[in-house]
Amino acid sequence: MSISTVIAITYLVSAALFILGLKRLSHPETAPGGNRMAAVGMLLAVAATLLDEKILSFTWIVIGVLVGGLIGTVMARTVKMTAMPEMVAVFNGFGGAASGLVAVAEFLRISGSGETMAADAGVSIMAGTIIGTVTFSGSLIAFGKLQGSVTGNPVQNAGLRLLAIALGLGVLGAAGYLIMAEIDPRVYWGLVGAALILGVLFVIAIGGGDMPVVVALLNSYSGLAASAAGFVLGNNALIISGALVGASGLILTSIMCRAMNRSLSNVLFSAFGSATAAGSSADDGDKVATPIEAEDTAMILAYANQVVFVPGYGLAVAQAQHKIRELADLLTARGVSVRYCVHPVAGRMPGHMNVLLAEANVPYDQLCEPDDVNPDMENIDVTVVVGANDVVNPLARDDASSPIAGMPIIECDRAKSCIVIKRSLSAGYAGIDNPLFYKSNNRMFFGDAADALGRIAEEVKEL
Amino acid sequence: MTGTLLVGLYVFVLAMFVGFEIITKVPPKLHTPLMSGSNAISGISIVGALLVVGAGESPAMRWIGLVALIMATVNAVGGFMVTDRMLQMFKSKDG
Repeated sequence: MSISTVIAITYLVSAALFILGLKRLSHPETAPGGNRMAAVGMLLAVAATLLDEKILSFTWIVIGVLVGGLIGTVMARTVKMTAMPEMVAVFNGFGGAASGLVAVAEFLRISGSGETMAADAGVSIMAGTIIGTVTFSGSLIAFGKLQGSVTGNPVQNAGLRLLAIALGLGVLGAAGYLIMAEIDPRVYWGLVGAALILGVLFVIAIGGGDMPVVVALLNSYSGLAASAAGFVLGNNALIISGALVGASGLILTSIMCRAMNRSLSNVLFSAFGSATAAGSSADDGDKVATPIEAEDTAMILAYANQVVFVPGYGLAVAQAQHKIRELADLLTARGVSVRYCVHPVAGRMPGHMNVLLAEANVPYDQLCEPDDVNPDMENIDVTVVVGANDVVNPLARDDASSPIAGMPIIECDRAKSCIVIKRSLSAGYAGIDNPLFYKSNNRMFFGDAADALGRIAEEVKEL
Repeated sequence: MTGTLLVGLYVFVLAMFVGFEIITKVPPKLHTPLMSGSNAISGISIVGALLVVGAGESPAMRWIGLVALIMATVNAVGGFMVTDRMLQMFKSKDG
């Protein structure tokens, strides 16, 4: 068997390990093993590549792998779980850039050698360059928005939109020219520059609250960029892995959009979240929210059969994950059935809230989804909403003219009773009033989430 | 179109279908690890970077390859490690 056959077969094994690994991610029990399987696949792919006869020198390879491995290890070990979206955004950007640079190198090789570029190689190189570059600059802006160093407001106007269209057409035109007419490095660098700006414009136009969708979409792009690099090199391992990641990112993107009942184009182009609170109508005075204190809350919770907590990102902002778990433990010890219902858009990336709760030692069998709870809502004694607002707003279900109409919600208003822990009656991200606060079966517990949960837990202990 | 490109397209499209099938089965509570784990897989461009660095056809290409290699390695190593760290946190009631 020749070396190249050995390499090709090893790549096939790697691809199979990626697929099996991803498959095992479908259950918390098997997931750690699945992730390690995929890591072994990656290691095999790297080992096989080192056998390639095109590789002449190992010095630079050792340097690159050591430096990259060290940076990656430090980042992975030290990152806070609340900062996961930032981390994934950076990694997306790095993956995209690496794939893009592979395409750049191939372009330089061809232009330097004076060969002509075959049309199919040209298409692969241009696709790899463009997708990789857009992923890179877009991910950096997404990182900035998530981290707060770039404004969370959507930056969008007619001029910028026109510029984006012009740049988009320019990029396509330049790619066409390079493939069909002539290999001109200056045109190519122009294309790279335009694609970089395009990535910036694309993400800067989107509100900070919609970043989870963008990060998922960029995740998909980073996969497609790897696939494109695979086409450039004629390497099936890259094509398969890239396609898997591309598919995963697309699925997550569409899940997030569905959870907000908004189309992808609405998320990308509508500058949502820029309008300042349109809610607070004139009849505010007529509606009365009934407040409740820690002692009464503790009584209600301790003597309930079924309690469902509805945590939103506000819970994590208040660093109250551990407090909510301590309260839940006290209730469980008294025989109360406790679950946490997590809306898909809670947190700052898909599934983020679940990770934050798992970090606070909440058992994963207590984590559930809106569809697990909603059909049975009438039988739930108490729902406790902490740090969430729009995702429990009944207007989404009842008022077709509401900006959030049709968004799937957790229907806490249908439970026997509901307690909302919140600082004030202010509106959420969508900027609209929440009628749940004024329902007769709802009580408002005004205060900071961590402090409130701690006081309730103290009262439960007294009982 | 050449044979290689066509075969590549076949592989790409079929892999997309496989991806859709297996990933729709991942429950929402594991979507963050799914994202960081699949993100690590996109670090497979490390293979491309290795070929560019190793061949080292010109100093410029060697530098480009080195930057690509570092970025792809950060992506892959960091991605798998942070996913592992997260998944270790998911415990059932019985421990």
